[in-house]
Amino acid sequence: MSIAEPLTQPKEREVAAQPRINDFVIHVATVNGSGSQSANTALLRAIMQMGIPVSGKNLFPSNIQGLPTWFTIRVNKDGYLARKDHVDVLVAMNPETAHSDVMKVTSGAVVVYDQPLKLDSLRDDLTFYAVPFNDLVKPVVDLPKLRKLVRNIIYDGVLAWLLGIEMESLEEAIRKQFKRKPKAAELNIKAARVGYEYAKDNLPPQKKFRLERMNKTANKILIDGNGAAALGCMFAGVQVITWYPITPSSSLAEQLSDYMTRYRMDPESGKATFAILQAEDELAAIGMVLGAGWAGARAMTATSGPGISLMAEFAGLAYYAEVPGVIFDVQRVGPSTGMPTRSMQGDTLFVALLSHGDTQHIMLFPNSPEEIFDMSIEAFDLAEHLQTLIFVMSDLDLGMNMWMANPFQYPQKPMNRGKVLSAEDLEKIQEWGRYKDIDGDGIPYRTLPGTHHPKAPYFTRGSGHTEYARYTEDPVEFTKVLARIKKKYDKARDILPAPAIDRKPNAKIAFISYGTSHWPVEESRDVLRSEYGIETSYLRIRAYPFSKQVQEFIDAHDRVYVVEQNRDAQMLKLMRMEFTPEQIAKLRSIHSYDGLPMSSEFLVNHFLEQENA
Amino acid sequence: MEKTSNATQAKARPQKVNRLGLDLNFYKGEKTTLCAGCGHNAISERLVQAFYEMGVDPYQVIKLSGIGCSSKSPAYFLGYSHGFNAVHGRMPSIATGALIANRSLLGVGVSGDGDTASIGIGQFVHLMRRNLPMIYIIEDNGVYGLTKGQFSATADVGSKLKTGLVNEFPAIDTCAMAIELGATFVARSFSGDRKQMSAILKAAIAHRGLAMIDVISPCVTFNDHEGSTKSYAYVKEHDEYLDEVSFVPYFENITVDYEPGSTVDVELHDGSHLLLSKLPEDYSPFDRKKAVQRLMAAHEKGEVLTGIFYVNPEAKTLFDIMHLHDTPLVQLPEEKLRPSKEVLDEIMEDLK
Ligand SMILES: Cc1ncc(C[n+]2csc(CCOP(=O)(O)OP(=O)(O)O)c2C)c(N)n1
Ligand code: SF4
Ligand SMILES: [Mg+2]
Repeated sequence: MSIAEPLTQPKEREVAAQPRINDFVIHVATVNGSGSQSANTALLRAIMQMGIPVSGKNLFPSNIQGLPTWFTIRVNKDGYLARKDHVDVLVAMNPETAHSDVMKVTSGAVVVYDQPLKLDSLRDDLTFYAVPFNDLVKPVVDLPKLRKLVRNIIYDGVLAWLLGIEMESLEEAIRKQFKRKPKAAELNIKAARVGYEYAKDNLPPQKKFRLERMNKTANKILIDGNGAAALGCMFAGVQVITWYPITPSSSLAEQLSDYMTRYRMDPESGKATFAILQAEDELAAIGMVLGAGWAGARAMTATSGPGISLMAEFAGLAYYAEVPGVIFDVQRVGPSTGMPTRSMQGDTLFVALLSHGDTQHIMLFPNSPEEIFDMSIEAFDLAEHLQTLIFVMSDLDLGMNMWMANPFQYPQKPMNRGKVLSAEDLEKIQEWGRYKDIDGDGIPYRTLPGTHHPKAPYFTRGSGHTEYARYTEDPVEFTKVLARIKKKYDKARDILPAPAIDRKPNAKIAFISYGTSHWPVEESRDVLRSEYGIETSYLRIRAYPFSKQVQEFIDAHDRVYVVEQNRDAQMLKLMRMEFTPEQIAKLRSIHSYDGLPMSSEFLVNHFLEQENA
Repeated sequence: MEKTSNATQAKARPQKVNRLGLDLNFYKGEKTTLCAGCGHNAISERLVQAFYEMGVDPYQVIKLSGIGCSSKSPAYFLGYSHGFNAVHGRMPSIATGALIANRSLLGVGVSGDGDTASIGIGQFVHLMRRNLPMIYIIEDNGVYGLTKGQFSATADVGSKLKTGLVNEFPAIDTCAMAIELGATFVARSFSGDRKQMSAILKAAIAHRGLAMIDVISPCVTFNDHEGSTKSYAYVKEHDEYLDEVSFVPYFENITVDYEPGSTVDVELHDGSHLLLSKLPEDYSPFDRKKAVQRLMAAHEKGEVLTGIFYVNPEAKTLFDIMHLHDTPLVQLPEEKLRPSKEVLDEIMEDLK
């Protein structure tokens, strides 16, 4: 399309009179700690098992019990997984927020609510369904404490009838949910059936939003990004795991701990082939990773922004002394404590240059469970190959939300343990300098402690050192090592995960994104094509430092929108640091930083605004 | 620990060698760059001697430190061991990672009183309570040597800086603290006391668990003047022996032979014996409460109590608690580290 033509303004959304099949948004408003998570995950899985693509996002408070929580399920026959801004079906269980929840939903929406809340008089453009949850739960279970927990699963049953979720599918999903607790499973199934029966007997049929079986989810799994990363670490052969609890990264370490105790105890000796340690803080967590990496182990830690801040000093030591390690940064909203349970890509710039002096780090940007699984494995190979830290940049949206994904692929390559000299190797060579570039790739050779050879021992230090690992304050010796590290870093561009590129032959406009910002871009490109006739190219960055392809991609387009989830357009700033003035002049930014995963509506609106300006 | 080493080939056949056939020179490090007369140098010498006499394989040793004059010293002993000079106050975490990765290594950490008792107090505390098998030495001079003489947290109340500034804050007794935290070998010595230092270091090498040794190590440049409780003169005058320590190493084919007399005999896990003599009647190195009480009593009298205050050779180590594989993790083959494809398939099936 020609850009000279004025673009249509963003379209107002309205609910069509036609029934909407497999394409709408369910919003469940509950109270934190009330057992809604199981009910929501079961709902998600039940829909997925009907072959319909779904995504679920949990908007939860930084609180253990009592504050409002919202769970959004997007059902989408075309498979878009981005968050949507609007709500078609509301389940209002939380008295605190019920009023405003109802006021926010789209005109024409369906509202299921807890009867005593009497919400039906609030608006006349919605269809209300009152359900007496407290009365329904009474016959299911006697204990008041349990009642509170199974009360929520009743809305699964109600929705099953209202929306057309097959009861068999819901029951199977509940069984999966309580796999190791068959008693709890039966109780929850009973409650779901009560909800279903009540709805069938008492509520008028609902025709606007319907679910119908499809075959688009065959073989899919449901997993959160932290679980996927944990699996990646286990199959990467991780040996040392250290961590300090912080949302949203804790569940990565916790799930990894579960997996490791199940699958990585040595069957012969019954002993652990790994070590997991909850450290006293993130300073210690990264220190332990460095100690283990230096000794030759695959070591990792998982944290979030505040932990990254504490790790800064050690990150510089790892960079300069060339010690391998893998750091997962499951990002949350900053600055400071920020919004701990909301998502952001806020650490991009900070991590790139983490620590004082001339320090540069390598980052990987997974956008999905499949990719974080693969990248977790690759991160260990890269860390040991390049003898440096690899930061896997996840975020709360990827890490803690449940995603529909393809089953993970078993690693095809053997592990790359990097350039390590054994006693036999040392015997064959004349001399060895720990920080010397032998192969021209900037990557030196190292020895591990415990190597029985007089040439093996060397002294690792963060103070100035020569190519032979000796202390120095000599300007020439010092610069030699630092320049070589820069060379290593620059050469790494060619071996890091390459960008994912979708170039359209005649497109003048392009998008660049990374990590979870991918999902709104994917959908927005289709919207722009089908609704506005705008064809766009797309490059998704998968690693930093940038590969040359990023610059070539920018060269090939007139305007490039860099889409990210932070206030300061951090990735764009990194581009500015090294790209040409011509390339920089083409860059524009679309960014959000409200803590919510970016929606495609937001993206399309901001894109059109800038195009029309 | 392996007993043979090709290291001997690298040096001319020595006259006097230890049980590994290595001479003393093999245990030396680079030439020190610390001030002449610095207590830290004396400690390095004792370390060289102790590792040589115990016949420790230097290739199996890792030397670790934080930042400070004291933390520089690992460069000055055991030149054939890997070393890691970490960041200020964070050596314990580096040591923890390295030793859980390779449990066959013998870790010796050197820290300063600033490095341990101020910036590093958090990591120190947790290292003590985890009972990671390693030797942790504090070269304690009551000042920040490397940053030119500021007070550290082990400086005694009333001690005076060169500038005339008087310390008003109570000192942290790292030994009392370590005992309370669950350290399993806690001792204090003085860098000028060759005999006691040697015996304590050897016992520490044999100890299975964390051995914490606070060594009063006067800073001749910033803290060796009158009025300083960590000066040579002061310690020489006020040093009170808790006990006389002697140590009988255990080597295969060597029979242990000693006179029990009025000593307490502590058998360490490798069969060697730690003999504490000249003990006050009621003193037992196995009683944490009494150990702390004696330390406090000595403080009140203005005395520097030295000796081995507490030993517990039976406590579970971090390796035990972790059910760590007997083979060092770094030596496990790939098949033990990467579960099979069947495992992945099983997990995937579970997630559908
Ligand atoms: C994070 C950080 N803060 C401050 C310093 C500066 N610094 C270097 S050594 C030192 C104190 C060392 O004192 P101590 O551990 O007692 O060692 P000593 O020199 O007395 O042997 C300080 C504050 C540093 N290196 N790193
Ligand atoms: S300044 Fe003090 S602690 Fe540092 S080397 Fe000199 S005497 Fe030793
Ligand atoms: Mg000091």
